[in-house]
Parts: sequence; C-alpha cells; structure tokens
Amino acid sequence: MQHEIITDATLVSNYIKGDEGALETLIIRHKQKIYSFIYSKVYDRDVAEDIFQDTFIKVIRTLKRGAYNEEGKFLPWVMRISHNLVIDFFRKNNRMPKFDNTGEFSIFSVLSDSSLNAEKAIIKEQVENDVRRLVDELPEDQKEVLMMRIYKDMSFKEISERTGVSINTALGRMRYALINLRKIIDKHNIVLTN
Amino acid sequence: MAKIYSENSIKKVDNLNPKEETVSFLLNYSKALSVITCNELKFETLLN
Repeated sequence: MQHEIITDATLVSNYIKGDEGALETLIIRHKQKIYSFIYSKVYDRDVAEDIFQDTFIKVIRTLKRGAYNEEGKFLPWVMRISHNLVIDFFRKNNRMPKFDNTGEFSIFSVLSDSSLNAEKAIIKEQVENDVRRLVDELPEDQKEVLMMRIYKDMSFKEISERTGVSINTALGRMRYALINLRKIIDKHNIVLTN
Repeated sequence: MAKIYSENSIKKVDNLNPKEETVSFLLNYSKALSVITCNELKFETLLN
C-alpha cells in the first residue's frame, strides 16, 4: 500500500540516491502498460520481451548516469524510449507488422498467386499445341484469316488489305474457321480446358 | 453474416505482462551497474 502513495518522481529520485527497491516499484507499477504498448506494435511475445528489457536497460543507465531531468513525467519518458526502440526494430528488420490472420479480415482475400503451377503450365502448353494442330487442319484461306486475327491481333480492315479480299469476306472466313474448329472439337470430343 | 468464434489475439493486449525472469534480470542489472564519475567522464561498471 505504501508504494502506491509514493509518486513516480519521488521513486525516481530515491532510485538515483541508491534505493534499488524504488526501481522495483516503478517496474511493477508500469510493466503492464509498457509491455502491452510494445506488444500492440510488434505482435510477438519474444520481441516485445526483448524491447521491454532494452527499454529498462536504457532507463537504468540514464538514471544512474544522472542524465534524467524530466521529473514527474516518468511514464511518458519510458514510453517514448520503448516507442523509439520499436521503430529501431522495424527499421533493422526492414518490414512492417505482419498479419496473423486472426481477425475478420483475411490478407489472402486480396493476395493471390497468379502464376501457374507446374501441372497447370503443362496442361496450358498441351491445350495450345492441340489448338495449333486443329488450326493447321483448316482450309488455307480460313486459316490465314484466323492466324492474323487471333495470333497477330490484326483488325479485319488490316486483314482485308493484306489478303486482298473485302472486309465481309474476311469476316465470313473467320466465321467459317470458328465453325469448322467447333465441329472438329465436337466430333473428336477434344477437351480444351485448363 | 457468419459469426466468428475464434479468439482475436490482437484485442487481448490489455492484460499482458513481461516474464518474471525479465523483471528480475532488470533488477539484478540495476544492482550490478554502477557509474563512476572521474574528471567529468562517466564510466559504467558491471559487478556481478
């Protein structure tokens, strides 16, 4: 009970005069607040423990050297030290606080790996080979239009200029090319999905 | 909206305390540390 009445300023002054018990009182009085503050920033018990320890090592050294001059503001001063050490920790690790996925927000709902895995990459290659072989089976005029439109990404106007036929003819050849491809795929039950 | 019954560890930061060993280390460190002033220079010594 006696400790609760003594102010932080008095305890700090007693500690500087050599009363080791005063430090114990100060630590016990503020440890929860300081430790929780650090933990709320780093979300890691062990790291919080380390920063808490470093904070009080700084406090002890500063007080023992007689360099403390903020009487009456002990807690804000210690909080400032721990805050600086938290910043040092993130700077050293060069990273931001991690998500531990315990809340309602899931980080994986906004992050995804768009690259294909090995199996899907092989399937994609096989499908593309099959399509190429089917295209090779088409009559030459239809094949020419389809290649220009799909693989070379040309407009029908450019295709008509290149092949010397009207736009309508080019459109018609494209239409027949797609109809013929669908026919072959249906006929042979070819599966072209990834 | 589905109810989520899993505990949220982030919300429980209010009742956290450092380990006993950490506190006792700090108290021992404090007892062992002494600062010697000599010609305006300060030297720290750790005695165990």
